[in-house]
Amino acid sequence: MAVTFTLNGKSTTVDVDPQMPLLWVLRDTLNMTGTKFGCGMALCGACTVHINGEATRSCITPIASVSGKKVMTIEGLSADASHPVQKAWIEEDVPQCGYCQSGQIMSAVALLAKKPNPTDADIDDFMSGNICRCGTYQRIRKAIHRAAALQTTT
Amino acid sequence: MAKAFTLNRRDFVKSGAATGVALLVGFRLSARARSDEAAAQEKPVVSPFNAWVRITPDNRVTLIVGKSEMGQGVMTALPMILAEELGVNWKDVHVEQAQTNAKVYDLGTGGSGSVAGSWLPLRQAGAAAREMLITAAAVRWNVDRDTCVARDGGVLHGARKEFLTYGELVTDASKLPVPDLKTVPLKNSSSFTIVGKDTHRFEAKNKIDGAAKFGIDSRVPGMQFAVIARCPVFGGKVKSFDAGNAKKVAGVRDVIEIKAVEKGAFTSGGVVVLADNSWAAIEGRKALKIEWEEGPAKSESTEMLRKQFLENAAKPGKIVRNDGDADGALAAASKKIETTYEFPFAPHATMEPMNCTVHIRADGAEAWVPTQAPQWAQDIIAGVSGLPKESVVVHTTLMGGGFGRRYQGDFVMEAAQVAKATAKPVMVLWTREDDMQHDFYRPASYHKLQGAISKDGTVTCWMHFQSSTSIDAMWGDKGEAEAEKSEFATAAFIPYQTPNFRVEYALAKSSVPRAWWRSVEHSSSGFVVESFIDELAAAASADPLEFRLKTIGDDREIPDFTNPKEGKPLNTARLKGVLRLVAEKSAWGSPLPKGVGRGIAGYYSFETYTACVAEVSVEDRAVKVHRIVYAVDCGRPINPAGVRAQVESAAIYGLSAALHDAITIKDGRVEQANFNDYEMPRMPETPKTEVYVVESTEGPTGIGEPGLPVVAPAVCNAVYALTRKRIRRLPIQAEDLT
Repeated sequence: MAVTFTLNGKSTTVDVDPQMPLLWVLRDTLNMTGTKFGCGMALCGACTVHINGEATRSCITPIASVSGKKVMTIEGLSADASHPVQKAWIEEDVPQCGYCQSGQIMSAVALLAKKPNPTDADIDDFMSGNICRCGTYQRIRKAIHRAAALQTTT
Repeated sequence: MAKAFTLNRRDFVKSGAATGVALLVGFRLSARARSDEAAAQEKPVVSPFNAWVRITPDNRVTLIVGKSEMGQGVMTALPMILAEELGVNWKDVHVEQAQTNAKVYDLGTGGSGSVAGSWLPLRQAGAAAREMLITAAAVRWNVDRDTCVARDGGVLHGARKEFLTYGELVTDASKLPVPDLKTVPLKNSSSFTIVGKDTHRFEAKNKIDGAAKFGIDSRVPGMQFAVIARCPVFGGKVKSFDAGNAKKVAGVRDVIEIKAVEKGAFTSGGVVVLADNSWAAIEGRKALKIEWEEGPAKSESTEMLRKQFLENAAKPGKIVRNDGDADGALAAASKKIETTYEFPFAPHATMEPMNCTVHIRADGAEAWVPTQAPQWAQDIIAGVSGLPKESVVVHTTLMGGGFGRRYQGDFVMEAAQVAKATAKPVMVLWTREDDMQHDFYRPASYHKLQGAISKDGTVTCWMHFQSSTSIDAMWGDKGEAEAEKSEFATAAFIPYQTPNFRVEYALAKSSVPRAWWRSVEHSSSGFVVESFIDELAAAASADPLEFRLKTIGDDREIPDFTNPKEGKPLNTARLKGVLRLVAEKSAWGSPLPKGVGRGIAGYYSFETYTACVAEVSVEDRAVKVHRIVYAVDCGRPINPAGVRAQVESAAIYGLSAALHDAITIKDGRVEQANFNDYEMPRMPETPKTEVYVVESTEGPTGIGEPGLPVVAPAVCNAVYALTRKRIRRLPIQAEDLT
C-alpha cells in the first residue's frame, strides 16, 4: 500500500505493508537509521519521533496511521546540529554509547515545545519513557535546563 | 644531532600507508596496565593491540583508535594520549577506528584496560613520531636537532624563526628509522596541555544528529535482514519446523536452519527467516511452526539452583585461601556474626540489541560488527567461510553499549553461518526478547559469611564460603576441575586485616550461559565484602567509616592474592584516601533530614580505588536513593570529564541490579523478555550523583567498571543505618525492608 506523509519537511511516499511500523519504514525502507530500535513495544523510547509535533514511539506506529501527517526524525531537527537541545547535549557531555540519544533528544524537544521552562519534576515525568542503559539521566536533566535557557536567549 | 635510531620490530611495525605518503606507527601493548618497562620487556604480550598516527602532506593528522568505542570514551582518551606526545592541538585531530588486521593489530576491548594498557605504549608511539618529525626538520634546515622543538603540529626553529608543519615533514620523517621505544624521550607531565584536561567526547556530534553508525545501522546494497528462532531452553535444538506460513509473509525471502556451535561461540542454532526488511523477518518468524528438542536443561529453575547453593553451603567447599585457624578463632570468639548474601543472574541489556552484518563472497568477506573482539569476529567468519583471515575485512562499528556482552562471538557466528548459506549480504538482527533471553549472564551466586570480633573491635575471623555458576568453569581451559580458582577467587583479596581468614568455593552446575558483566565478579564480591564489614562494624558498635579505616590498618601494599606476580598490589593508603575523601565530600557524620540514612562502601577493582556514600529513604516499601557521592583514584585521569561520566554510568548500572529486576529461570528458560518484566532505572529514580577524582600522578588504571561494585553496598548500608534492616539479597525485595 502506498502511504504519503511529510518527512522532515519533504513529501515522501512508500509502498509497504500498511501494518509495518514507521520505525522500520524509516530504517529499512528509507535507510534513515538515526531513529533506533530498542524494544519494539514502546517501552524504551529509543524510536521516538514527532508526528504532528507529538513525541511518538515509531516502533508501534503502523505506517498507515501516518498517512498525510508530518513526521520529524532526529535527522530533521537541524541541518548542522544547531538546535538548542543538540547544543546543550554537547555542552553537558550527555552521550556515552549514544544509542538512546536520538530518542532522548526528540522527547526533550517535544517537552520544551510544551513547557519552555520545565521543572525537574516536569522533566522526570516527561522523560520517564526513555531508557538510557549508560545512565546519562542526570546530564540529560541538566541539558534540558540548559536548552531551555538557550531557547529563551536566542 | 640526529641520533641513529634503531628499529625494534617487535614494538613497532612501520609500513607505507595506502596513501603512500603517510607516516604510520603501529605498536603493540598489553591489555593491562604495566608501566614497569622491565616487566614489559620480559613478559610475553597479553591481549596486545595497535594504534596508528597518520599525517598526510595536507597536514591532516589522524589518530587511529585500536580499541572499540562502546560509550566508555576510548575514542577520546586514547587519541588524547597520542596527541599530547605528538605535539598537535586537540582541535586539529581526526580520529578513526582501526581496521582488523591480525598481522598488524591485536584488538580487544574489556577489563577496563584500554587506557591503563595504552598509556605507556601510546606515549611512546606519539613521542617516536614526534622525534622523527623533529629529525626530519633538523636535516631539512641542516641544524642541530636540539635547537628544534615540536609544537602545534609542526617543528619550530627558534633562532631562525622558521616553522615547518608535520604535513611538510612527514614524507621525510617516514623514511627515518624508528627510535627505540624504551629510550624515546617522553614529555614531562608538567608540560601536558591535553592529558588531564576535561575534553568533550570526540564522536559526540554524530551521536546527537543521527549520523553515528552503530552496527545495527549498517546498510549494504542488496542486503537481507534475518531473525532467528532459537530454542527458549538453553541447549535445546530444532527437532523439526514448518516454514510454509512464514514464507507467505510479504517480504520474506527464505527460511533456513543453522546448527548450534557448542564450544567457543556457544550458539544454539535455530530457524532463520530472511527477508527484505527487519519487520518482515520478525513477522515471518511469528508464523513459523517449530518443534524443539528441549534437552536436559528443561528441568532447570532458579529454585533448583538455590537448592544446589544451599546443599553446597552445608558442606565444606574447596579451599581458596586459609590463613591462621578460622574455625578455632570463631569458636573462641565472644561476638560472632553469621550471614548469607545472594545474587541472581543479570543481563547486559545493551540498548542496541545484538546484531551483525556479514557478506561472504567467493573471494573474500566483509563484515560490520559492533564488537569488543574484532579479531575473534574475523576468525569466526574466516572459519565459517573457509576463507583466509586476510580476506575477511571486519569493520568495528560504534556500539550501543557493550558491558562485556559484545565480547562474545555468538552473534557473529550466527551471522556468518547465515551469510555463508545465502551468499548475500545479511544482517542478523536480535529483537529485545532474543537479547534478554539469550544473553551470557552475570553468574548467580550464594555466599555464607562468618566473622568474629574481639572486645577491642578487632576482626579475629573472616570466613567466606561461596557457591556460584562461575564464568571460568564455562570458558576456562581447566573448566570445572579448578573452579575454585575461578573469577570468584578475588574474594580472597580484601583490604581488611584478620589473622584467621578462610575462603571456600563450591561450583554450582547450570546450563545458563555466563560471562563478563560490568565489573564481573566484583559486582557481587564487592557487595559481600562491603556489606559484611558494615555488619562487623555494627556488631562492634563502631562508626562504619572509622571501623573500615581501622581494619584496613597501616599504609602498606597487599599483594594480589589471585595473581601475586602480575597483579598490582592494593595500596591501603590510596584506599583509605578515597574513603576519607568521600567522607569529607559527603559530610559523613553530619546530621541528615529525618527519614534519610547514609551508608558507605570502599573497594579496589581493576587497579582503581573507589569509595561511595549513598543517602537513601524508604518510601512505600521501596528504596529511594537521593544522593550518591563518589571518590575515585584511578591514577592519572587522562580525561577527567570522561572519568566522571563513567562513574556516573556505573552507578546507574549497579543500581539497576540492586533496585530492579533479576533474570530468573523456569523450565530451563529465562522468564523475562523485555523492559516491562526486566525494568531498569529511569529518569525519576536518578539520584544526584557527584564524582570526585583524585589528582594523581600514578599510572592510569581502569574506570569503566570500578564505579559499580560500591554503589549497591553503599545503598544497602544506608538502608541499614536508617531502618536496621540488612539487605542480604539483590535486587532489594519489599519484604526485606519491613
